[in-house]
Amino acid sequence: MFWRKNTIADNDKANRQIMKVTYIFVGLFILLISHIFYFTAFESENFINNPYNDKRAQLLSKKIVRGTVYSRNGDVLAKTYTDDAGNETRVYPYGPLFAHAVGFVSHGSSGIEQIAGFKLLKSDDAPATRIRNDLAGIKNKGDSVFTTLDTSLQATAYSALGDRKGAVVVFNVKTGEILALISKPDFDPNRIDDIWDAVNEDTLNSPLLNRATQGLYPPGSTFKIVTALEFIKENPATDKYGFDCTGSFEENGVKINCYHGQQHGHMDFSSSFARSCNSSFANISSTLNKESFGKTCDDLLFNKGIPCPYGYKNSYVDMSKDTSFGELIQAGIGQGRTQITPMHMAMITGAIANNGMLMKPMVISSVKNIVGGTVRTYGYKEYARLMSPEESLALKDLMRQVVISGTGSRLQETNGYEAAGKTGSAEYSADKTKSHAWFTGFAPFDDPEIAVTVIVEGGGSGGETAVPIARMVFDDYFSN
Amino acid sequence: MYIIFITVSKYILIALMAVYAIQCFSVFSHDDKKERDGIYLRQVAPMSSVYLLSFLLLYIETGDSLLLKFYALTQIIIWALILLYRYMYPEASKLLVNNMCMLMSTGFVILSRLNFDKAKKQFIVALVSIAMAVVIPYILKKFKRLRRFYLFLAAAGAASLLTVLLFSTSVNGSKLSIMIGGMSFQASEFVKIIFVFSMAGMLTCMNEKYRILSATVTAAIHVLLLVASKDLGSAVIFFMVYVIMLFVATGRLSYFIIGLAGAAVCSVLGYVMFSHVRVRVAAFSDPLSNIDGSGYQIAQSLFAIGTGGFDGMGLMQGAPYRIPVVEADFIFAAICEEFGALYGICLLLICISCFIMFMNIAMRFKDMFYKLVAVGLAATYGFQVFLTVGGVTKFIPLTGVTLPLVSYGSNSIMVSLIMFSVIQGLYVSVNSSNIT
Repeated sequence: MFWRKNTIADNDKANRQIMKVTYIFVGLFILLISHIFYFTAFESENFINNPYNDKRAQLLSKKIVRGTVYSRNGDVLAKTYTDDAGNETRVYPYGPLFAHAVGFVSHGSSGIEQIAGFKLLKSDDAPATRIRNDLAGIKNKGDSVFTTLDTSLQATAYSALGDRKGAVVVFNVKTGEILALISKPDFDPNRIDDIWDAVNEDTLNSPLLNRATQGLYPPGSTFKIVTALEFIKENPATDKYGFDCTGSFEENGVKINCYHGQQHGHMDFSSSFARSCNSSFANISSTLNKESFGKTCDDLLFNKGIPCPYGYKNSYVDMSKDTSFGELIQAGIGQGRTQITPMHMAMITGAIANNGMLMKPMVISSVKNIVGGTVRTYGYKEYARLMSPEESLALKDLMRQVVISGTGSRLQETNGYEAAGKTGSAEYSADKTKSHAWFTGFAPFDDPEIAVTVIVEGGGSGGETAVPIARMVFDDYFSN
Repeated sequence: MYIIFITVSKYILIALMAVYAIQCFSVFSHDDKKERDGIYLRQVAPMSSVYLLSFLLLYIETGDSLLLKFYALTQIIIWALILLYRYMYPEASKLLVNNMCMLMSTGFVILSRLNFDKAKKQFIVALVSIAMAVVIPYILKKFKRLRRFYLFLAAAGAASLLTVLLFSTSVNGSKLSIMIGGMSFQASEFVKIIFVFSMAGMLTCMNEKYRILSATVTAAIHVLLLVASKDLGSAVIFFMVYVIMLFVATGRLSYFIIGLAGAAVCSVLGYVMFSHVRVRVAAFSDPLSNIDGSGYQIAQSLFAIGTGGFDGMGLMQGAPYRIPVVEADFIFAAICEEFGALYGICLLLICISCFIMFMNIAMRFKDMFYKLVAVGLAATYGFQVFLTVGGVTKFIPLTGVTLPLVSYGSNSIMVSLIMFSVIQGLYVSVNSSNIT
């Protein structure tokens, strides 16, 4: 047996082994120290901005006056007002306009107030000033946070959505900057303490819920973007596709109707997409490979985390080799159990517009100290390639046809830009006549700059309700 | 004025700690015994200053004069301990004595801040342990036939672990300790030391044919008993100590590699077999997604370290009490939060210097038994530090072990002090009998 021939090592040999063991340990410890350094210097900055860490933020706010939040235009979105008696009040000059985008800080925190909580509670003022303040017993002034939010676009999108429930997300597809983020119903963050009980108890409207990033909705026909992508991957020659729509599609006991029972007649691939023919897309879905379809959904960040600076919910789609035929067909037209957040939809749209590359969405562009000295700037980052440039080009053409000859006609004859997109009218209850109105699109078509995603809860037809809202945002953006 | 004092003292504390840590390593570059002795003596200055300044801050913040009495008493005991070693065991490693005092006093400070009652209890246990520990070098010097008792030691160790497994009540799914006379007794802590002695005895004194087999079987029994008690942190430590001792004793790299491969296989098995291992790995890989459950501890630990940053929130200025079991397993996170990550790294450097000193002592022995005991204890200590600091900083999954001499826990502090004393005892016997 192998252990029988063992002698004990002599002293020198044993010492050499001890040296080796010591080196291994010291190596491990050096790695550990590097890790602590790395975490403290880089990772902790974002990690600590968590609602579960609010206690430490409260402790810091006893020593530091919370900093100011600015829009990209230099407008004050949130600031702390201190009266003569030293009482502090957090003021939001735009009232409910930035209720979800900037958030609030009382009873916990949300929005930018939460994401940038520790940045606002750090003072990078000149050391001499800080020492003078410490000596005089005056609180130091926290740093200012400059956001990517655009006051004008935010206001346009806000009034366009009006009193309806829903959300609007506008983001720059080339940089990832979030330009506007609206969720309704909303509230006035200036009065958060007074209305706290009321907004919390209002479970019917959930005004505190940020629908843009945490609202999960059936995507309806907007999901046909994903189905189309998978179809292109499996069938590069899409122009051979043809289908005669009689208002419904039935196979293996699963029946799919077109919106309001419309009969589309003969459809090719592009017109199926442009006119959002459910029957044709059910037909397309029935041919797709479920495993590969699941992989495509995976690439588009379904069922997992998205790079969203705000707190978000994971989108869901059931697509794998075990998926039933019925669920496959339903998912293909964005119904069934499929759910998505408006933010995620905007990211997919942004990636299509940006040649398949998703830029990492960002809402904080820089941090400056109280006298305007830059503490830190945040650059644009590529997050991931969601599809190949060729695939994105094909989808862009499909989405342009939606505006030219399909359900997005209300984006025709625009002034100074050409838009593209996809509408959706997503059924959400047993009552098939009710639907959420979706639109997700981008402009200009030739060289896309921004993506706009709109959802109106119970808004009916996407083309009639959501597209006009997106148009107002595009019009405002391109008028400047 | 007061805020200025807190801010300035924060940086002074880091600077003093850095000076002390640098001294720990600079001694290795001095060969002259007199020069080294000078450094050891000078180390007492930053050590005592950190201690004084810390308690001053605690007192200013709380106004509790009991803290000052506690400070005075503990500081006297620590100085007395340093002097006692100088006179009783002039051959002892003064670096280890200093480090032992530095680590213990850091523990007293942070425990006084977190829970003064626990600090007092820790001090009493430490006092008893020190009384026991100072005679250990003497016993080791006289009782040279200890190595012959390996079978007895192995049996005693395994029996203790079995007793805990059979008679203890389970806490958080793990069976760690039994109550004896109102004191909780965590067997795995004490068995660590016994285990190292039994391993060393078997590998050196047994018949050549059976030594490796019996050492392997003994180690396997210990590890399996610990796994059955779901004390996985200790199981990992025992296993690694066995592998390292075997490697040094035989000088065969293949054993080391087989051992590491075995450890990898066991980790996978543990992951598949035990749900609480999977829970910990999930908490490790993404603490924020599991923050309401298994990720809560590690997330709070990282919030503490991250919010403290390199320079810390300042003593009494943070919220370390938000971390569960902060006094024991998460003490390192609490220290980082209030004293800063730089201070924490200096503390880690001090632990590393202890480990290197342990190994250095091991290399001086010609007697393989003592050599192996020293290597075994060094590996135990080094691994435990690595597991706890790595765990709370999310470098590796959490295993739930304490930071020796710093963490709260009567078993932990007692065993750590005994471990340091055993090493000192070995060192004394080397130096005085001139084996080298």
